[in-house]
Amino acid sequence: MSVEVTNPRSGRAIANRIMVYTFLLLAAALFLMPLAAMVFTSLKSMPEITGAVGFENNTILTPPRAPTLEAWSTAWSSACIAVACDGLRVYFWNSIVMVVFAVTLSVGLGAVNGYILAKWRFRGDNIIFGMLLFGCFIPFQIVLIPMARLLGILDMAGTLSGLIFVHMCYGIPFTTLFFRNFYVTIPDELIKAGRIDGAGFWSIFLLILVPVSWPIFVVSIIWQFTNVWNDFLFGASFAGADARPLMVALNNLVNTSTGTKAYNVDMAGAMIAALPTILVYVVGGRYFVRGLTSGAVKG
Amino acid sequence: MKLTKTFAVLACTSALAAPAIADEVEVLHWWTSGGEAAAVSVLKSDLEGKGTGWVDMAVAGGGGDAAMTTLRARVTAGDPPTAAQMLGMTVREWADEGFLGNLNDVAAAEGWDDVIPPAVQAFGKYDGNWVAAPVNMHRPHWVWGSAKIFSELGLEMPSTWDEFFAAADKIQEAGYVAVAQGGQAWQEATVWEAVVLGISPDLYRTAIIEADDAALRSEGIVESFEIMRKIRGYVDPNFAGRDWNLATAMVINGEAGMQIMGDWAKGEVIAAGLTPGVEVLCDVAPGTQGSFLFNTDFFAMFDVGDDKQMAQQNMAASAMSVNFQETFNLAKGSIPARTDVPGDKFDVCAQKSMADLAEATASNTLFGSLAHGHGQPAAIQAAYTDVVTQHFNSDMSAEDAAAALADAVMAAK
Amino acid sequence: MRLLRNYVPQLTLLPSLILVAITVYGFIALTMVLSLTRSKMLPRFDRWEGFSNYLKVWNHPRWEVALENFAIFGILYIGGTLLIGLVLAIFLDQRIRIEGSLRTIYLYPMALSFIVTGVAWQWIMSPDLGLERAFHIWGWESFRFDWIKQSDLAIYCVVIAGVWQASGFVMALFLAALRGVNQEILSAARMDGASGPSIYWHIIIPALRPAFLTAIVVQGHLAIKSYDLVVALTRGGPGFSTELPSTFMYEFTFSRNEMALGASSAVMMLVLVMVLIVPYLYSELRNER
Repeated sequence: MSVEVTNPRSGRAIANRIMVYTFLLLAAALFLMPLAAMVFTSLKSMPEITGAVGFENNTILTPPRAPTLEAWSTAWSSACIAVACDGLRVYFWNSIVMVVFAVTLSVGLGAVNGYILAKWRFRGDNIIFGMLLFGCFIPFQIVLIPMARLLGILDMAGTLSGLIFVHMCYGIPFTTLFFRNFYVTIPDELIKAGRIDGAGFWSIFLLILVPVSWPIFVVSIIWQFTNVWNDFLFGASFAGADARPLMVALNNLVNTSTGTKAYNVDMAGAMIAALPTILVYVVGGRYFVRGLTSGAVKG
Repeated sequence: MKLTKTFAVLACTSALAAPAIADEVEVLHWWTSGGEAAAVSVLKSDLEGKGTGWVDMAVAGGGGDAAMTTLRARVTAGDPPTAAQMLGMTVREWADEGFLGNLNDVAAAEGWDDVIPPAVQAFGKYDGNWVAAPVNMHRPHWVWGSAKIFSELGLEMPSTWDEFFAAADKIQEAGYVAVAQGGQAWQEATVWEAVVLGISPDLYRTAIIEADDAALRSEGIVESFEIMRKIRGYVDPNFAGRDWNLATAMVINGEAGMQIMGDWAKGEVIAAGLTPGVEVLCDVAPGTQGSFLFNTDFFAMFDVGDDKQMAQQNMAASAMSVNFQETFNLAKGSIPARTDVPGDKFDVCAQKSMADLAEATASNTLFGSLAHGHGQPAAIQAAYTDVVTQHFNSDMSAEDAAAALADAVMAAK
Repeated sequence: MRLLRNYVPQLTLLPSLILVAITVYGFIALTMVLSLTRSKMLPRFDRWEGFSNYLKVWNHPRWEVALENFAIFGILYIGGTLLIGLVLAIFLDQRIRIEGSLRTIYLYPMALSFIVTGVAWQWIMSPDLGLERAFHIWGWESFRFDWIKQSDLAIYCVVIAGVWQASGFVMALFLAALRGVNQEILSAARMDGASGPSIYWHIIIPALRPAFLTAIVVQGHLAIKSYDLVVALTRGGPGFSTELPSTFMYEFTFSRNEMALGASSAVMMLVLVMVLIVPYLYSELRNER
C-alpha cells in the first residue's frame, strides 16, 4: 500500500516517523480549534465567558473551569427563538423528517440513474450524463426566485414536501454522478450473466447491483445528508411556518445582534445542530474513504 | 412506477404541513432578540385574546435582508404572509408592485390620520390608501456617552463637532477609546447621515432626500467626509466588523467614551440593568438639535383572500393600539408612531425625542433616515453606503469621496 | 408492449431528466432573460434594458473588488486545499496507528455549515477575543493576528476558514486514490533502487492525475459558490473588501432590489463555472470508452 520513505530500521527513519507524527498531530490540533472553542464555550457559564471575578484571563481556548450543561438544556428545550420559547427540539425533528425523505428520494433516484447510464447504453447517454452533471455546479442563489414560482405552480409553496422536492432536484446530479462512476467499474459480465438467467431491468438492479453497492450508498448518503441538513437558504425560503428546519432556527438564535447574547446557549445550539452530521462523519468516515476508493473519484 | 411512487411519497409528506386556518395571521419579521421578541409576544397574546391565531415566521440576519429574501420567495410562489415587517422605502416598493392590501377601513375607524405624523404617513400610505401600520419611530442620530468617563474627566456632552473632538482628545489622553464604532457599512452610514444633518438640514434635504447632483458635489459634502476622517482617527483599530451592540457595550462598561448610534442602543443599556440618561448619557449628534431623522418599522399588509381579511384588520388595529405601542416601544428603545401615547413611562432620552419630534415637524426639519431605509430606494441608498464605507475604510480624500458619491448616486438613479 | 419494454431504461430516466431540464437549464435560461430586463424587486418581463446591465455590473467598483478577491481566493483556496490535502494523505498513508481518528478529525469540518461555525471563527480571528488575546494571556505578548480587521488582508482570513473546511475532503480523495495506485509498478521502481521521495515525485503523484482533476473541479465550483463563508466571517467587510461574485449577486438581487443586475452577475458566474467544468466533462466522457 504505502511507500516507506526510507528503510524502516535506520535512525533517519525513526526521525522521519517522529516528523510525520508531529505534523499530523499539529494539523489535527489546528483542525480541532474551532470545535474546541465551541465545545468549551457551550460548557461555560456566562460569568466565566465574560471573565468575571473568579474567572479572570478566560480565553475562547481555555477549557471550562466550572463546566455546566445548563446551556445545552436551555438550547434544546427552553431557549427563545423569536416568540416561541421551546428551544431547538421542535426544529430538530422537522429537520430529521426532511432529511430522511430528501436523502431517500435523491439517493434512490441517483442509484437508478447511475445504473442506467452505466449499464444500459443508448444513443446520447453520455450527453445526458454530461447535462445532468452540470447541475452540480449551479449556484443556489440564482434558482431561488424561479424555484419559488415553480413551487407555487405545483401548489407546494410553504410545505415540507416542497422543500423536500427542492433538495431532491439539486441532489440528483450528485448522486447520479456517484452511482454512475461506481457502476462503470462493475464488470459487464455480471449483468450479462444475469440476463442469461432471465433477469430483467429491475431484477438485475435490485438483485445483482444493489447488494454490492453499499460503499457508494454510504458516500451518497453522507454527502446528501450533510448538504440537506446544513442548508439554510432553501429552508428559510421554502419551508412553511410549521416545518422550518433546524438551520433556520439556529440562524434566528445565533444571528441576532441585539440584546445581551447568551454565547454559551448560542454555542450549545450550534453544537446540537452539528451533532447529527458530525456523527454521520465519525461513524461513516471510514466507509466514506473506502467508497471514494471504489470508484466515485475515477477521473 | 417510480414516478407514481415519488408522487405518492410527496402527497404523504404534504399532509404533514397543515393548511393555514382562516382566522389567523402569519407574520414575517426579524425581531428575534430578547426585548423585541418579548414585545412581539405582547401583540401575539393580544390577538389570541381576540381569537386570532399567530403564525410566526421569524428570519433573523443581515438587518432584515434574510427576511426580505424569504418574503420575495413567498410572494413569487403566490403565497404571501398576512403581514410583514418592513422599513418605509420597502413598503413603498412593495406597494409599487401592487401586492399590498388596503387598511382604509380600520384606519378610518381608529383615526390614524390624526395621530400619525405626516412624514410617517407618507410611507404608510400609497396612493392615498393605508397599506401598512407604523409601530414606532426610531431616531438614528444620537451620541451615547459613558457617564463614568465624562464625570471623571469633567466633560459635558458635546453639541458641536469642535466640542466633540475636544472631548474625544481628552478621553483618548485618559487612556480610553474615544469613539466606539462598529465597522459595518450601515453603521458608518448612520454616522455619516448624522454628520450631514448636523452641517445643515438643508444639506440633508438637497443632497440626500432630493439626491441633487450639485448638492452632492458641494462644499458641505466635502466637509462631511472631512469630519468622517477625523472621527476615524478616534476609533480603535479593532472596529472592523464589530456589531453595534458590542460597540454599545464598550460605552456601557466604561471602556469607551462615546458612540454615535440610534436609540435602539438603549435596549442594551436597559438589558445591562442601567438607566439611559443616567449611567449612559444621551444627546443628539452635534449640530442636529432641532432636526429629526426617523426610521419606522411597519407591518405591511399583503393583499390576502377575503377569508383572512378579518384577522388582518384585527392585527392592524392591535398593532396601532395605544397599549401595544407603549409596551412595544418601551422594549425597543424607540418612541411610538402614534403621537398621542403618554410619555411618562418613557426615559428622558425618549421624552426628549418626543419633544424634538414636535419641534422638527413644526419647523419642517423631519426627514427619513437614509441609512435605515427611509431616504432613498434600496439601490440608491446602497450607492451612498458604498462610498461612505469605502471612504471610511481607506485613505480616500474628502474631495474624491464627494465626487465618487455624486457619480455613484447618479449612476444608480 | 414489447416496444415499451425495450425503452424501460430511457423511460425510467425520464422523470429525473425532466426535473433537471426545468430546475437547472430552465432556470438558467430564465436568469439569462432576466439579465436583459429592467427587473428591480421581482422578475418583470415587460421592460427591456438589453446588454447594458452587463456593462453596469462590469463597471461597478464592487464587482471589480469581487473579481480581484475571487482570483486571490480561488487560487489560494484551490491551491491550499490541494497542497494540504495531498500532504495529509501522503503522511496518513505511512501506516499511521491512529489513522482512523486523524482522518475523522481532518474530515469533520466538511460536516459543518458556517452557520454553525461562523461565530467561533469570528472569535478566533478577532484580535480582542480570539487567538491574539489568547496568546497574549499565555505570555506571547508580541503575537499579532488581526488580518480580519484590515481591508487588504481580510480576504486571507476567508481563505484560511475555507481551506480548513475543505482540506479534509481533498485528503479523502487523495487517500482513496493513493490506495488505488498499482502496486506492481511500485515494487518495480523499488527494485530499481528508487528512493521514497523520488517514487512519490515520479510515480505516485503523476498516477494521482485523475484525483487532482476531480479535486480541482470540486474545489473550483465550491470556490465559485462560496457565500456562507464570507457572510459568516466578515459580511463582506471591512468596507466591501471581502466581496466575492456570489455575495455581489446575492446583495444586488435581494438587498438592493436590482434583480436584473444580480442576474447579469449570475450569468457571468455561470460562464466562469462553464470555463472550469466543460473541459473537464469533455475529457471525463471521452476518456472513458
